Amino acid sequence: MREVAVIGIGETKFGELWDKSFREIGIEAGLLAIQDAGIKGNEIDALYIGNMSAGKFIDQEHIAPLVADYVGLAGQNLPATRIEAAGASGGLALSSAYMAVASEVHDIVVVGGAEKMTDVSEVYAQEILASTADQEWESVFGATFAGLHAMIARRHMHEYGTTKEQLAQVAVKNHKNGALNPNAQYRKELSLEIVISAPMVAEPLGLFDCAPLSDGAAALVLCPLDRAKSYTDKPVRIASCGQAGDYMALHDRRDICVMDATVVAGKKAFKYAGIGPKDINLAEVNDNYTISEILAIEDLGFFKKGEGGKATEEERTALNSEISVNPSGGLKARGQPVGATGVAQAVEVVRQLRGEAGKRQVKEARYGLAHNVGGTGSTVIVHIFEGGI
Amino acid sequence: MAIPRFWREIPSRYNLIGTECGNCGKKFFPPRIICPDCHRKSVGKMKNVRFKGTGEVVTYSVIHNAPKAFEMQVPYIIAIIEFEKGVRATGQIIDCEPKDVKIGMKVVSTFRKIGEDGKSGVIYYGYKFKPA
Repeated sequence: MREVAVIGIGETKFGELWDKSFREIGIEAGLLAIQDAGIKGNEIDALYIGNMSAGKFIDQEHIAPLVADYVGLAGQNLPATRIEAAGASGGLALSSAYMAVASEVHDIVVVGGAEKMTDVSEVYAQEILASTADQEWESVFGATFAGLHAMIARRHMHEYGTTKEQLAQVAVKNHKNGALNPNAQYRKELSLEIVISAPMVAEPLGLFDCAPLSDGAAALVLCPLDRAKSYTDKPVRIASCGQAGDYMALHDRRDICVMDATVVAGKKAFKYAGIGPKDINLAEVNDNYTISEILAIEDLGFFKKGEGGKATEEERTALNSEISVNPSGGLKARGQPVGATGVAQAVEVVRQLRGEAGKRQVKEARYGLAHNVGGTGSTVIVHIFEGGI
Repeated sequence: MAIPRFWREIPSRYNLIGTECGNCGKKFFPPRIICPDCHRKSVGKMKNVRFKGTGEVVTYSVIHNAPKAFEMQVPYIIAIIEFEKGVRATGQIIDCEPKDVKIGMKVVSTFRKIGEDGKSGVIYYGYKFKPA
């Protein structure tokens, strides 16, 4: 295996992009990444796109050649592949591209992630999200996606004394970070009182415990590390990638309060990178619901099991504290175009490691981590990146 | 949900039929074709087993934002119920106020209407749970 670097990043603004189509946002992010890398179209060997449910959201399957076509690369018969793994689609598109370059099958690869969720009604969009859990044994009985996460939260509160205020602090922190991110869907800070007093979605989770429905796309350009310096002064190395799976339904998991797939994927990623959780300066983790971030920071080893809520409350995960968690604003404030998430997380980590994150820059950042989750934890992928090389 | 998709699961949804591994004796609900512990040794040896439907609340939520099929029921309680060690199912808790649900509460399954395909479509039945 050869070493791989990220040499280009691009993303659209996230939000309710009613005036733009799926192909338009895909092209926008892709072109930004290609321009950022300074490569020509004919240098690209392959395209990988993470997308969860274009078939349901926009009635369009087979979206990889569609984007390749409209970005102007159909004429060179570019191989374009769509990857689906629910919320982890983007992360898996990145790992597929990473392996293709590492194994010397391809040299220059573009990774995209895109989702257009707001063309359909909110109720239908939530049903599509719920279909990433077990449709026949969870969703069919009325278990919504928020409801499943609410059941994780309830159990975590029961076992570890986690409070609603501690959950709310995740949203407060991520909105504070998102307010500094020009591409974030929400650029407004939220007070703890507003989060706690919001209408209930699935008890104990309220409206502001949930990430929004979003449109958006993100893209990366990868190439072999030994060629990266010919394209950029600031290449970022992909130090490792770890993926793991688990039981499909939440009720079948070993422990409802532990995302075992995160534990295993994290351990693999740390082992391959030769570093530990304490070496990470910033992490973009799954916060589709506030409880998800609490689980993530515990299961990745940043804090002990049961202490994630307390650590968040003590602002140990705030920007430029012990570890900067979700400096982009996370899924909560940056937005959650599902298939784009894993790629957008990588874009933020690379931007931070290049020192180009502006007002939300994490100081002296060398290692960054991206943690991408599909379903309620049945697919997890963790990437570790190194800057300053 | 398409009719055949629901129809295929009627034994489990009406009568709580799960499976038991003929190799190690471990029980499963919903039914499994392969035992995750015994793998190929269990192939062809999974036997049907009926659960009594009594169990305990492992965790729960009260749903306020519901899918279309459940809009008329909000707020409703959804829970994970443990029938016996390691055997769990997700379902609604009924005949009970949301404020009265507790983790560890004893419940028993009951046969109820789950949903329907519109005003003139097929009606789906299955299990819900009520306080024991």
